[in-house]
Amino acid sequence: MSIAKRSSRTGERVVVGALFACAVLSIAVTVGIVAVLVVDAVAFFRESSLFDFLTGTVWAPGQGSGEGGLYGVLPLINGTLMIGVGAIVVGLPLGVLTAIYLSEYASARIRGLLKPTLEILAGIPTVIVGYFALQFVTPSLLRPIFGEDQVFVFNAAAGSIAVGLMILPIIASISEDAMRSVPASLREAAFGLGSTKRQVSLRVVVPAALSGIAASVILAFSRAVGETMAVTIAAGNSPKMTLNYFTSIQTLTASIAQTVSGEASAGTVRYNALFALGLTLFAITLVMNLISARIVRRFRQVYS
Amino acid sequence: MTASASAEALAPSRLRRGATRSGARIFVDAAFSVLLFVGTIVGVVALATLLWTIVDDGWARLMADPAAFLSNYVSRLPARAGIKAALIGSAYLMVLTTLFCFPVGVGAAIYLEEFAPRNRVTNFVETNISNLAGVPSVVYGLLGLGIFARFLRMGPSLLAGALTLAVMSLPVIIVAAREAIRAVPESIRLGAYALGATKWQTVRRQVLPAALPGTLTGTILALSRAIGETAPLLVIGLPIVIFSLPNDLRDPVSALPLLIFDWTSRPQPAFAEAAAAASIVLLALLLAMNAVAIYLRNRYTIRW
Repeated sequence: MSIAKRSSRTGERVVVGALFACAVLSIAVTVGIVAVLVVDAVAFFRESSLFDFLTGTVWAPGQGSGEGGLYGVLPLINGTLMIGVGAIVVGLPLGVLTAIYLSEYASARIRGLLKPTLEILAGIPTVIVGYFALQFVTPSLLRPIFGEDQVFVFNAAAGSIAVGLMILPIIASISEDAMRSVPASLREAAFGLGSTKRQVSLRVVVPAALSGIAASVILAFSRAVGETMAVTIAAGNSPKMTLNYFTSIQTLTASIAQTVSGEASAGTVRYNALFALGLTLFAITLVMNLISARIVRRFRQVYS
Repeated sequence: MTASASAEALAPSRLRRGATRSGARIFVDAAFSVLLFVGTIVGVVALATLLWTIVDDGWARLMADPAAFLSNYVSRLPARAGIKAALIGSAYLMVLTTLFCFPVGVGAAIYLEEFAPRNRVTNFVETNISNLAGVPSVVYGLLGLGIFARFLRMGPSLLAGALTLAVMSLPVIIVAAREAIRAVPESIRLGAYALGATKWQTVRRQVLPAALPGTLTGTILALSRAIGETAPLLVIGLPIVIFSLPNDLRDPVSALPLLIFDWTSRPQPAFAEAAAAASIVLLALLLAMNAVAIYLRNRYTIRW
C-alpha cells in the first residue's frame, strides 16, 4: 500500500472521500435501525410498563382491561423458542450428517452436484417454503402420521420443519468448512493407527471441528428466530404458552407480520408495540450472531 | 509414550481388541456410511418434494391460460386473478434496488479493500457490516417503515420498498465485492504503480475491471434473495390489491412474494392453486437470475 504514490490531486481525494462515505453509510444504517426501534419502543413503554412486557403471559393487543390491551411478550418468546429449537432438531442432525458426508466421504463429482443443490434449497423464497409447509407438510406428512385430530391446520411442528429445511444449508456449509480446515495430518495419523473412515470422522474430524459446528448452530438458531414468512403461514397466529408442537402458536416475527397486515395506525400503542417486538428480536439475534462470529474467529486461529 | 497415549485416546478399545471385533466393525462402518448418505439425501428429497408440490399444485392453473395469468390484475374470483401488478412491481423494485445498492456496495468494498487504513474505525465498520448481514429481514422492514415510509413521508411506495430492499442487500453485496477485489493479484497493482499510475487510476483501470465478474455474480445472487423477500415489503405496507402500475417513484407498488403470501393465506383451494402458479413464476425468475450469475462466473472470471 505504501508503494503507491500518495496523490496530491484533489480529484483523487474527492474519490477516496466518496468511497469512505459509502463504507460509513453502513454505520448510518445501524444507527437508523437502533434509533427507529428505540424511539418507538420507548413510546410504547411509556404507555405499557416494561415489567408487564417482560413478564406478562398474555399477548392480546386491543383486549383486556386497559384501552391498549395486554402486552406480555412471553407467549411470543415461547413460540419463537419452540420454532428455534424445533428447527435445530430438524436441521442439526441432517446438516452435520451432510457436512461429514461432503467433507469426508463424497467424491468430487458428488460434491459438485450436492453443493449447488444445497444452495438452491437455501435460495428458495421463504414464502414458498411456507406454502410447502401448509399445503404438504401438515396435510400429507404430519396428519397421516400423528392423526387428524391431533394436528391442527396451523402448527408449530410444520413451521419447525420448514425453518429446519431453511437452516440445513447454513449448518451443512459452515460445518463442512470447519471439517475441511482440520489438517490432513490428523486424519493420516489416525489412519496410520488403523482407524477406519468412520472412526476418523467421528473421533478426529468432528471433535476437531466442534467449535465450527457450534458456531453454525448458533448462527442457524439466530436465522430461525428471525424467520418470518414460513412461520406466519404454517405455524399460525395464536400467541400462547404451550409446549405442544401440534397446536398453533405465534412467534415474535409472526406477531409483527400480523400487526402490519392489520393496518395499525401510527402512534397507537399497538403500532408502537411493533417496535418493542422488533427491538427484542434485534437484541436476541445480535447477541447470537456476535457469539457465533467470536467462535468462528477462534477456530480459524487454531489451524491456520 | 505420547504417541501411544494419543492413539489410546483416538481408539481405545479397538486397538486392544481390534482383530476379534473386525466383523462388527465392518458392519458398523457400513451402517455409518448408509446413515450419512441417508442424512444427506433427506435434504435433496425435501427440495425435490417442495418443487414437485409447487409444480403439481400450480402447473394446471398456470397453463390453463398463461397469458391471462400474467396480464390480469388481482381479483376476488380466483379463476380471473392474475399477477400483472405484482410481477411488474417486482421488476421495478429489482431495477431500483440495484441502482441504489450496487454503487454504494461496490464503493464501500473498494474503500475497505484498497484504501482503508488498518485502524479502529475500519475495524468498527467491518464488524458493523458483518452484524448487519445477520439482522432479520423483518427488522429491515421496521427500519423502512419508521424512516422511509413515515419519517421521510414516502408512504408505502416503490421508492420506500426499493430503498428498504437496497439497505437489506447492502452487506451481502459488500462482502461479495470485497472477495472479488481481494482475488485480484497484488502483482497487477504493483505493475500499474511501476508505470506511474496513482492509487485511484490503478483501482479504476486495473482492479475494478478484473473484479467485475465476481462482483456482478455476487450482486445478482444478493438481488435474487431480495426479490424473494416478503417480510420487509409487508412491514412497510406495500399493497397487494392494486389495479395500476407505478408511473412515479412515489406510487404504490405490489410484489410477487406479497401476492403469494396473500393467496396462500386465503381459505379457498383455488387461491392456493393460484399461489402455487405464482410461485412457479417466481422460481423461474430466480432460476433465470442464477443462471445468468453462473454464466458470468464461468465465462468471465479470470484465473490468475
